Amino acid sequence: MEFMILSNQPIAKSVYKMVLAGDTRGIKAGQFVELALPGRFLRRPISVCDWTENTLTLIYKVVGVGTEDMTQMQEGVKLDVLTALGNGYDLDRAGDAPVLIGGGVGVPPMYGLARELCRRGIIPTILLGFNTIDEVFYEAQFLALGCTVYVATADGSYGTKGFVTDVLREENLTPSYYYTCGPLPMLRAVANATVCSGEASFEERMGCGFGACMGCTILTTQGHKRVCKDGPVFQKEEIEWQS
Amino acid sequence: MAELSVNLAGLQLDNPIVPASGCFGYGNEFKDFYDINILGSFSFKGTTKEPRVGNPTPRIAECDAGMINAVGLQNPGVHAVIEHELPRMKEYFHKPVIANIGGFSVEEFVYCCELMEQQPQVGLVEVNISCPNLHAGGTNFGSCADSAAEVTRAVRKVVKSKPLFIKLSPNVTDITEVAKACEAEGADGLSLINTLLGMRIDPRARKPVIANVMGGFSGPAIFPVALRCVYQTAHAVKIPVMGIGGVDSAEKVLEMMLAGATAVQVGAANLADPYICKKIIEELPAVMQKYGIERLADLVGKV
Repeated sequence: MEFMILSNQPIAKSVYKMVLAGDTRGIKAGQFVELALPGRFLRRPISVCDWTENTLTLIYKVVGVGTEDMTQMQEGVKLDVLTALGNGYDLDRAGDAPVLIGGGVGVPPMYGLARELCRRGIIPTILLGFNTIDEVFYEAQFLALGCTVYVATADGSYGTKGFVTDVLREENLTPSYYYTCGPLPMLRAVANATVCSGEASFEERMGCGFGACMGCTILTTQGHKRVCKDGPVFQKEEIEWQS
Repeated sequence: MAELSVNLAGLQLDNPIVPASGCFGYGNEFKDFYDINILGSFSFKGTTKEPRVGNPTPRIAECDAGMINAVGLQNPGVHAVIEHELPRMKEYFHKPVIANIGGFSVEEFVYCCELMEQQPQVGLVEVNISCPNLHAGGTNFGSCADSAAEVTRAVRKVVKSKPLFIKLSPNVTDITEVAKACEAEGADGLSLINTLLGMRIDPRARKPVIANVMGGFSGPAIFPVALRCVYQTAHAVKIPVMGIGGVDSAEKVLEMMLAGATAVQVGAANLADPYICKKIIEELPAVMQKYGIERLADLVGKV
């Protein structure tokens, strides 16, 4: 599907926000899109941060040549985008007091999820983890939704010093359910630090992004599954965390 | 009116466009993008006797105009394919499909081919003796003419009613030697090329990008190599050839056919653009008209 860039700006260290205009039908919280970039063979999978009927907000971190290319893209540029990829989060499991835990570039999908939960009258608690103050983003946007927001930085330059799991412990949070996205060590630490059930969004180097190539795979209690098609969101209980 | 149909060793195809094995799953993911019945056929995910979990991740590395994969033949095994995938496929694909068979021993190839011979949905059996990602026992049957002949001879005995194609590797000294060996043992046709063995390194981590270190290089970058192999092979054997490697446009389909391909498989391009085969099929009549071609089949081997 064709999308047009409306804006593309840095919002934190190596982190950019791109807003695109296009048909967002079918998009759900926790899904991702795949951008075709001129001159690059494979598409780039980027998690959906937020969307309206005709705009799509992506937040991406510069991690390689593709995302580096993206930082140079100007307003008005048209991109070929595959939308509504992956399963997304299951909002029906939230309970009355869910916690949303985002680490680094795992924060963006938490925003769309928080907004959707708020729309259902469920106000989630937000935990955001970053390495350092320069990388912090979107705290104000979560606050604007009416959420309680905790921020942790690994070096203590902003908010709680340490990790999101330190916040969980120090604040004695007893959520009904959790949703998380971030680096694998964080997903594992969150699974260990919580007594409630929850679900986590995983990342893996992908080929196609729609389930055809078997490039991305994850070991679950029901065998190997495709991160892009069967995920990227998996239940805490179905992941083989040791692997 | 442009005539796109071709006859592939007895299997009639509405057009020569066939998504390649490993790039199209069982068609299930693509049916959500378009009606896959417009295809000539497709070659389903490489199937082995036992279920395989495949290689560790990362399995994919992007390259200039292509990609490297080391998936390692992840598949549910031949029995699950027959019990689950083929019945499900029947609901959304109504043409004969190509069964792609992988294996680690002659016995395994024979076992799977014998079962595929019995499946009414299967219109052609394609035996992959050239997967670059498997190291069990260090055997790659496609790497020399003798072992290619051995596999062909064995599977020919069980594939009696369907066309038997052998999928060849470009990672050999002379692909025509392997091709001639397969022809001599009764193969009905040849599919080529499989991926080129390749590698990428992450300079920051000082490690290979792919967990398996090496993998199969595919995509538009390999098209000239594939075309050369098809040309050489088609001139060395009398049996039909399916051209594979880097095809992503109707123009490249014509090139492949002129070089000697009766049908043309599209591989990695499906992963970059899920609509690519639909686009190629829709482009073909206009491109044929541009070059004054009425029957696509007339092009085969004209160079």
